[in-house]
Amino acid sequence: MLIKQLSIFLENKKGRFNEITETLGKENINMTAFTVSENSDFGILRLIVSKPENALKLLKKNNYAVNVTNVICVQMPNTPGALAKIMNVINKAEISIEYMYAFSTGKTALCIIRPDNPEKTAEILQENKIVLLTENELFDI
Amino acid sequence: MIWNENAECMSRDKMRELQGIRLKRTVEKVYQNCVPYRQQMTEKGITPNDIKSIEDIAKLPFTSKKDLRDNYPFGLLCCQMSNVVRIHASSGTTGKPIVVGYTRNDLNIWNEVGARCFSAYGINRNDTVQVSYGYGLFTGGLGAHSAVETFGGTVIPISSGNTEKQIMLMHDLKTTALACTPSYALYLAEALEQSPYNRKEFKLKTGVFGAEPWTEGMRKELEDKLQIKAYDIYGLTEIIGPGVGHECRCQNGTHICEDHFYPEIVDPETGNPLPEGQTGELVFSTITKSGMPLLRFRTRDLTKLNYKKCDCGRTSVRMEKILGRCDDMLIIRGVNVFPSQIETVICEIPELEPHYLITVDRETNNLDTFEVKVEVKENHYCDEMGKMLELKKHIAHKLQNVLGILPNLKLVEPKSIQRSQGKAKRVVDNRKLK
Repeated sequence: MLIKQLSIFLENKKGRFNEITETLGKENINMTAFTVSENSDFGILRLIVSKPENALKLLKKNNYAVNVTNVICVQMPNTPGALAKIMNVINKAEISIEYMYAFSTGKTALCIIRPDNPEKTAEILQENKIVLLTENELFDI
Repeated sequence: MIWNENAECMSRDKMRELQGIRLKRTVEKVYQNCVPYRQQMTEKGITPNDIKSIEDIAKLPFTSKKDLRDNYPFGLLCCQMSNVVRIHASSGTTGKPIVVGYTRNDLNIWNEVGARCFSAYGINRNDTVQVSYGYGLFTGGLGAHSAVETFGGTVIPISSGNTEKQIMLMHDLKTTALACTPSYALYLAEALEQSPYNRKEFKLKTGVFGAEPWTEGMRKELEDKLQIKAYDIYGLTEIIGPGVGHECRCQNGTHICEDHFYPEIVDPETGNPLPEGQTGELVFSTITKSGMPLLRFRTRDLTKLNYKKCDCGRTSVRMEKILGRCDDMLIIRGVNVFPSQIETVICEIPELEPHYLITVDRETNNLDTFEVKVEVKENHYCDEMGKMLELKKHIAHKLQNVLGILPNLKLVEPKSIQRSQGKAKRVVDNRKLK
């Protein structure tokens, strides 16, 4: 149930993100989701891509500082209060979240979560009947 | 091994006596053969008769880089041009270089001191030495080359650059010792990690590094990365080139070949000699050279001297690792900063690669900006912004503790700081200072 996310350290330099998208595009690697966390000097680009192993090798070869983090992807109806229900479970289980990012796909919405303990969180969410997507399910969207 | 036990283990008294005799001879020679030296001595009101022992050296005028430039190219030569067999030039950055003429005798001296260096590192005729210093006007390549030939080792005269070939030959020819600048050694170490070879397939065991100042931290880094013993070789073109001094197996100071090159430490401001053990500017007099002998040459290098006998058995004076050149010292917002201090801190932080770039600038409000760029090791980049910012703060504060001034620290991407194949450029000073 865990999903491999790539995190890339990026200096705040013109054209850097462009280079990455081109590098991945040329190798036919698709981006499913991404988010950027930034300050004035540098940013951390978090990416979920098809063929994460290939992407990792490719980026390393191009001298990017990249590492892999396990995250989980929860699916919920795209309706008011749906996320609140999930957060409620997480809160009760005293799981702390490093960061999260979300996107909707029409009727459903997806949320990528990086908890302090991804394995345990996945178990707890499944016990509570919350839908988690596998890597393949996520790439098929 | 000690190459020349007679010279390297001489008693202090005998050494001073020998230095006195050789100095007197050199002073007579420059006085007779070199107009600028004679003029300077006349202005000071001294003649060769005033030099009776090595103590009298303080009576002599200094020679500076400026004197060498003013007398470019051969004004300070003390012999006929027909006796000059080779010319080298310093790697000056601006204008005309400093040119040095060598006689056959000078080359013999150079070979002798060079052989002492390599012997002190435990390198002998069974070794294969890859000389990756640049060959040419720069003294590094040819200096190390002839030294190795003198004691009968095998030389690979590959010069600098062409890194892939360096690694291939290091592997195929079973190189046991590498001679290059420490910054190029670092570059080679990285290239070696990425090469298809395994470290176990190499026979490399010793590094002979010089031509730029390097710190203890850098030594550790190089010894770990290359799995070798790394030794300093010291020299400067004006005096002879690499071979003026060398470390020994004790790695506890650089022995100076003082029967040829007499060292003094003086106050860089006043020029007054400083007592033993105090840090100041290193000054050399060549006391055996015949082509272009120099009296009391101001090296601009800052260090201190130690006259105690070394555990290796040598009695020759040792100097500490060079703190930096007086000229390398940056004055930032009134605080004195040496690049070597920054290197020391950076090498102590396990998360960092040993590469850095210092940029100093002056804003319109006359305030200096002081930026230090560092590379985080690849496996220490973290996905969490909070941890990255914490690391950045930690490094900046460590630098502040040592320097007394807080740098604007920038974490940069892997391998984005330029790697050097010769002497590293680690400081960019954009201030328009007079």
